[in-house]
Amino acid sequence: MSNETNRRDFLGYTFAAVAAVGGAASLVGMKQAWDPLPSVLASGFTNVELSGIKAGEPLTVMWRGKPIFVLKKTAEMESSDRDLIVGEDRYTIAIGLCTHLGCIPAWKKTQWKCACHGGEFNASGKQIFGPPPRPLDLPPFAVKGSQLVLGEEGPEYKKIAGAMATA
Amino acid sequence: MAKFEKANSVGEWLDQRLNTTALTKVLMTEYWIPKDINFLWAMGVLLAVTFKILVISGLFLMMYYKPDVNLAFDSVNYTIMQEVAYGWLFRHMHGVAASVVFLIIYIHMFTGIYYGSYKQGREMIWISGMLLFMTFSAAGFSGYMLPWGQMSYWAAMVITNLFGGVPVIGDALVVWIRGDFNVADATLTRFFMLHVFLLPIVIMGIIGLHFYTLRIPHVNNQEGADIDYDAEAEKYLSGNKKESKVIPFWPVFISKDFAILGIFLIFYFYLVFFHYNFAMDPVNFDPADNMVTPAHIYPEWYFLWSYEVLRGFFFDVGPIKAFDIGLAAFGFANVIFLVLPWLDRDPAILPAHKRPGFRVWFWILMVDLIVLTVYGKLPPTGINAWVGFASATLFILLFVALPFITKLDAKKRGA
Repeated sequence: MSNETNRRDFLGYTFAAVAAVGGAASLVGMKQAWDPLPSVLASGFTNVELSGIKAGEPLTVMWRGKPIFVLKKTAEMESSDRDLIVGEDRYTIAIGLCTHLGCIPAWKKTQWKCACHGGEFNASGKQIFGPPPRPLDLPPFAVKGSQLVLGEEGPEYKKIAGAMATA
Repeated sequence: MAKFEKANSVGEWLDQRLNTTALTKVLMTEYWIPKDINFLWAMGVLLAVTFKILVISGLFLMMYYKPDVNLAFDSVNYTIMQEVAYGWLFRHMHGVAASVVFLIIYIHMFTGIYYGSYKQGREMIWISGMLLFMTFSAAGFSGYMLPWGQMSYWAAMVITNLFGGVPVIGDALVVWIRGDFNVADATLTRFFMLHVFLLPIVIMGIIGLHFYTLRIPHVNNQEGADIDYDAEAEKYLSGNKKESKVIPFWPVFISKDFAILGIFLIFYFYLVFFHYNFAMDPVNFDPADNMVTPAHIYPEWYFLWSYEVLRGFFFDVGPIKAFDIGLAAFGFANVIFLVLPWLDRDPAILPAHKRPGFRVWFWILMVDLIVLTVYGKLPPTGINAWVGFASATLFILLFVALPFITKLDAKKRGA
């Protein structure tokens, strides 16, 4: 009797082990099915010509479906660690999504204001009012002459990202 | 095998094979309902009917809807609204029912709270009901996204961004849920799957569970009286219907539900034909644009209270960011009702008008939820932000105070 029970237990444990492995494997598969597709991951680069930008009026370009703000700062605007300096000009490069819940803040003369939850960011992309927990995010970019290439991590990007991480 | 004899009718034939007579008794004719319950107890039947309307109108919408970012908007606003015969009717029925179903859920929920129907033995009724509320919320949100208008798009943006608040994996989690770096085609198709298949199936399952949870503790009544169902049912069956405190669900009690259902359906179809616009935000008639946020984003009315709790905390406290406080408060608001049976420390099942402290608590909660709902729709600037902060704080404090208030009530009664 006990002998039979042991044999049955063994079958039970074996089945449990097989089921556990199969279950874990299918969870991995299901997780990956919801990951971004390769075509999405390879969604490429966006080039921005910096020379034509007017100071004090941010340009919005689309990169990976997200708006990117490129603001050429006027002389009155404060300088910041995250300024991208190209020649004599200072730029703020930022992902144009409020770091609170992802709405697009609108440019109002000297700052970005988010209508949804009242968040405000200054010309350097720093949060100055409301719920946003951090400054506007920095997209990866590289500078090639007067061209800004979004999606590539250039040395200027690394320097600014480093300064933002320690700030 | 059981013994089968020649059946003299279709009913008899089925009875032999499926035991339909016994089943009807258990589910309908000998499912006992207390006499002492008012129209507020009809909300269950109203919800069952509204859900049925949602499923059937949804089937007709699904036959022409196209889950594709390039086609979705036109398939709804042109094909269904202009071309399909009565397409507009199915859309308005679906949209209005999606809104009205939450009104009835809230009435159902607060009836349960008022009469203490979540307590002592009825916890599973309450929990399965709250699970239904959560799945309905998920279904409502995933469906709201499908027409792919501006409000749909930005609602999806904001809600999926909420998951960014999860520690460590937040950002990766948001990308995983969306299947893209922003809300895009992959997001639309998976939310379509959730809305038309997975969530409805889960809802049907939990509805079954919710009905089943009523079977043993039975439905509560206006006085919270403890009824001996076996004894009362026996009285009824022996012909002493007047003395018995219970009546069968079918066909006796259901007639009252049907009367209330009739009034509800008149109200519902009045909305469908004459005021369908309240469930159709004008902003959602602009096609989704990932480069332009509408000036002011707000959810449908039934989510406004928890939305206001989320954004009510707009300043940092020491090292804790306002965003995280809001998210924690939002999480709190969405799970706290689930543990209500354990926050209520009063051992007796009594309606709120027999528990002085709880009665005050209940009505303050009602007023607070209305204030949250109203301010959830207003822009969060100036004084509005502070009203939002105060009412969100009050909401949390109410639940913190509940165990003490209910304990005090019990003590005063000498329990």
